[in-house]
Amino acid sequence: MNNIAIEARELTRRFGSYIAVNKLDLRIPRGTIYGFLGPNGSGKSTTIRLLTGLLTPDSGTINILGLQLPAQAEQLRTRIGYMTQKFSLFGDLTLQENLQFIGRIYGLGRSVMKQRIEELLTLYELADRRHLLADELSGGQKQRLALAAATIHKPELLFLDEPTSAVDPENRRDFWEKLFDLSDSGTTILVSTHYMDEAERCHYLAILEAGVKRADDTPQNLMANMDANVVEISGPNLRQLKQQLLQLGQVKSVAQQGVQLRVLVNRAVTDPVSQLRRDCVALQPSHQLALVRPSLEDVFVMCTGDRS
Amino acid sequence: MGFFNRIAAITLKEFRQLSRDRLTFGMVVMIPLIQLLLFGYAINNNIRNINIGLVDEARSFASRSIVDAVRATQVVNIVRHYPTVQEAEAGITAGEVRAVLVLPANLDQRAANASQSQPLGQWLIDGSDNIVSSALLGLRNMPLQELQRSYLPQASPVFEAVLYFNPERRTPVNIVPGLLAVILTMTMILFTATAIVREKERGNIELLITTPLRSLELMLGKIIPFILIGLAQMTIILMLGHFVFDVPINGRPIQIVGATLLFIAASLTLGLIISTIAKTQLQAMQMTVFVLLPSILLSGFLFPYEGMPRPAQYIAEALPATHFVRMIRGVVLRDAGLDNMRADTGFLLGFTLVGLVIATLKFKKSLD
Repeated sequence: MNNIAIEARELTRRFGSYIAVNKLDLRIPRGTIYGFLGPNGSGKSTTIRLLTGLLTPDSGTINILGLQLPAQAEQLRTRIGYMTQKFSLFGDLTLQENLQFIGRIYGLGRSVMKQRIEELLTLYELADRRHLLADELSGGQKQRLALAAATIHKPELLFLDEPTSAVDPENRRDFWEKLFDLSDSGTTILVSTHYMDEAERCHYLAILEAGVKRADDTPQNLMANMDANVVEISGPNLRQLKQQLLQLGQVKSVAQQGVQLRVLVNRAVTDPVSQLRRDCVALQPSHQLALVRPSLEDVFVMCTGDRS
Repeated sequence: MGFFNRIAAITLKEFRQLSRDRLTFGMVVMIPLIQLLLFGYAINNNIRNINIGLVDEARSFASRSIVDAVRATQVVNIVRHYPTVQEAEAGITAGEVRAVLVLPANLDQRAANASQSQPLGQWLIDGSDNIVSSALLGLRNMPLQELQRSYLPQASPVFEAVLYFNPERRTPVNIVPGLLAVILTMTMILFTATAIVREKERGNIELLITTPLRSLELMLGKIIPFILIGLAQMTIILMLGHFVFDVPINGRPIQIVGATLLFIAASLTLGLIISTIAKTQLQAMQMTVFVLLPSILLSGFLFPYEGMPRPAQYIAEALPATHFVRMIRGVVLRDAGLDNMRADTGFLLGFTLVGLVIATLKFKKSLD
């Protein structure tokens, strides 16, 4: 039990007749960065809200850091941090005032708080912005402020709901450096995302679709154990070729990526390149076919059953 | 044609959005409907059943027939009998009665001796509400055939009248303390309601819920700044009233502040309850107006309580503003104390406590 931060069994939550989270089982080890990857509406946010006690589950059990939810939600509050999808600090307070407010809510003493705020302002490169109103900050700065606020009380467990949806790739990379630092110091992090590059950085990954967990492993294992091989095709008339390929039973998915088609072929097919050449009459000698290494996006497409 | 099509597109969109915002839609219909029904009945300056007291020092046949005649006008309702004039005056101060009819011991002599045209008795009238006092002043010249007095047409009034607290019958004396109730109702309810709803709208609440902050702590923390704002407003209104409109401040400051604090607390809890129901700031504002209008019209600020029909009086009794208008006029003009007006004090206290419990229970710390 001690090295498990989050354990959930058969977690279910409905909104009316719509099932947002359906019999979800989770087991998240301490000290890891655990990712929820899924399209919009797949139940990522609802799951995080269930795990933070913001929502009550209709059925199922949740054990977080040894506490039962929702019964012991109040005891959990000081041990978790939560960064909401939408910026939820106060736009009409300055950056420093926001941190002071959150610090007081968590009951930090005056000197501890002062020291902690200085630490955070330096760590998140916000020291020179401390007297700006939060509304005046850029997307990346707001997001770093939100992370600083969520970690001011040094939580053991940090929930991040699509933390980088409003920032550019460079800021996203910097942000992940901060997350690895936190993880290194022992914080367990649960992060939801719909960016592949972000998902690939997680230690473990759960792929969610329509409230159901489709896969759950390290990104490397997910890619290695994917139920399909990937063939890249380049050449003329890719739009028509795509339609032809989709008719074949062994083809799971075809997606155009620039001047190439990325074709997912059933893993049972032993030599997918020659098999495709045999089965698809539209393929001409001028088409180049190559077996390539699967990406996380391929895994995602396989899991979410997309055949476009 | 594009011009009209685009306008039509916007109009249709607005109607669709309006019909989805159930609360706003309800208010569009309910505000005129309920307010009109209420105030059509409530605004009535033909005052009846004013609560008065009686000091009957004569205890004779004549005094009893005068009392019967006064009662028969239906303008007044004799609810108290005071043994002495001093106790009757205390009753007016405490707000038990609006006026007292004093019939002197030598009433029979005065009645018999018509030629001297002495008044038969005296009205002691609380002048803090001008509409009520003018209704009572109208009784000065009532005919009294029952006594078969021969001095008709009368050369002098049947009764003499003394106006307490506002002898010149100046309007500001009546309006300024009442205005305090209306202004506090508006600002206190609106400020609290929108302050919390704004955080819901902006998503701040989602963050606050996951912190160790408790509902009651959030509620009380929100209320405290507005208490200070309310006291500042009280000071401004009463100072202006005193120095510009010459309104007498007869009450002790501690009593004035005490009464105002009670009312501020009640209004703030009402604002909190609204904030747990309203989803947008606009809805919070509409609900505030819904409370504000009856508070202006039914509280006794503009129209006397005595002039309203029963149903309107019941509604008035449920509004904190009604109790505060009574209290603040009593304290400011008549130097009454909160202990003299236990019913109103008790109502505001109870309203606050019950309201705080409702608001805290309704504001659950979850997004369910």
